[in-house]
Amino acid sequence: MKQKISFVLNDSPVAVETDPGRRAVDVLREDLGLTGTKEGCGEGECGACSVLVDNVVKLSCLMTAGQLEGKRVVTIEGIAGDGELHPVQRSFVELGAVQCGFCTPGMVVTAVGFLEVNPAPTRDEIRVAMSGNVCRCTGYQKIIDAVEDAAEKMRAGSSRG
Amino acid sequence: MVRLPLQRTEVPLVCLEGVSELRGIDESADEVRIGAVTTHSELISGSLIGKHFPLLRDAARCIGAPAVRNMGTIGGNVCTASPAGDTLPPLYILGAEVELRSLKGRRRMPICEFVSGPGRTQLDPGEVLCAVVIRKDHGFNFHHFEKVGQRKAMAISVASFAFAAAVGEKGSLARARCAFGSVAPTVFTSPVLDGLFSGNPISEGLLCDAAAIVREGISPISDVRASKRYRRRVAGNLLMRLEGGAGCR
Repeated sequence: MKQKISFVLNDSPVAVETDPGRRAVDVLREDLGLTGTKEGCGEGECGACSVLVDNVVKLSCLMTAGQLEGKRVVTIEGIAGDGELHPVQRSFVELGAVQCGFCTPGMVVTAVGFLEVNPAPTRDEIRVAMSGNVCRCTGYQKIIDAVEDAAEKMRAGSSRG
Repeated sequence: MVRLPLQRTEVPLVCLEGVSELRGIDESADEVRIGAVTTHSELISGSLIGKHFPLLRDAARCIGAPAVRNMGTIGGNVCTASPAGDTLPPLYILGAEVELRSLKGRRRMPICEFVSGPGRTQLDPGEVLCAVVIRKDHGFNFHHFEKVGQRKAMAISVASFAFAAAVGEKGSLARARCAFGSVAPTVFTSPVLDGLFSGNPISEGLLCDAAAIVREGISPISDVRASKRYRRRVAGNLLMRLEGGAGCR
């Protein structure tokens, strides 16, 4: 049974008419055409489907469409601003933290959400923050390096005010 | 949600996360009431939890990974009643009660009665778990939680150990409670085990005796994550972690 679900997606209001019991990841990818969010496992173990919901990182494969109602959702497509890469994205590119790229949207979204709350993390804190995002290619070190690098650059950038 | 795609029949779903009566962590003179839809992240950051029940906070820190902790709730963990549920050993030690509500009214019961078997609870059809309620006067001033899993995060416990004690000035334990997860159909506790600590300081000898009682008393199974032999061994070993630095922080 279809229902109108209204929410803010990447800073713009959207509405979809769909069965509210469908998974959020399917609505984002199929109904809204935002295929940056990936499905890696469908059971919340890999983090590839990570999105920000009211600034909190969540797993869209374990959310229903109904749970999006009234929320502010940010997907990987909403991370870059005004044609410029987000510092996290730039660091991922520059430090070689991307190989096949499949885990990358989830990694970036998780890192962006994390750095909002903890802008000066230790390397161990980064590891914990990223512990729900699995990567089969990189061995993680460059991903951690990239998050560390982005944090440093964002702090330097903001102190230039 | 994890099992939903595997279900053959259409099941009507009601999402409770927006129900205001199920939210929030509130304090009264004697108790702290934790709304059922409180997420594990909220348990970790909640000042009342950190102040009165740091054991529960430490267990919540070990659940899943950040996104899972942002979504999973204490009510969900309790009602799923997995033998491996990480909030359960602390809740048993703290003597937590569950508050249930239905059209017929409200009722409360200790968590050790509510969880009746692996994946089974006393929740009646039409009943909702509203809150987990914990008394503040437990008197514990030392706590310890550790879980063993196949990796450091996003791992279902192979064995978990929660411990709380009221430690006197000279390092002697007036009272202690132990609880183990993932090594029995439900959380394993033992008055005999707890009694061993009473009136004594923690020593290697005491812990060895305790480990023997645990290994004898638990009923682990072999599954995809570990063998029963490994679980039995590790459960005893987890107790040995209590030794170190004159016992207690």
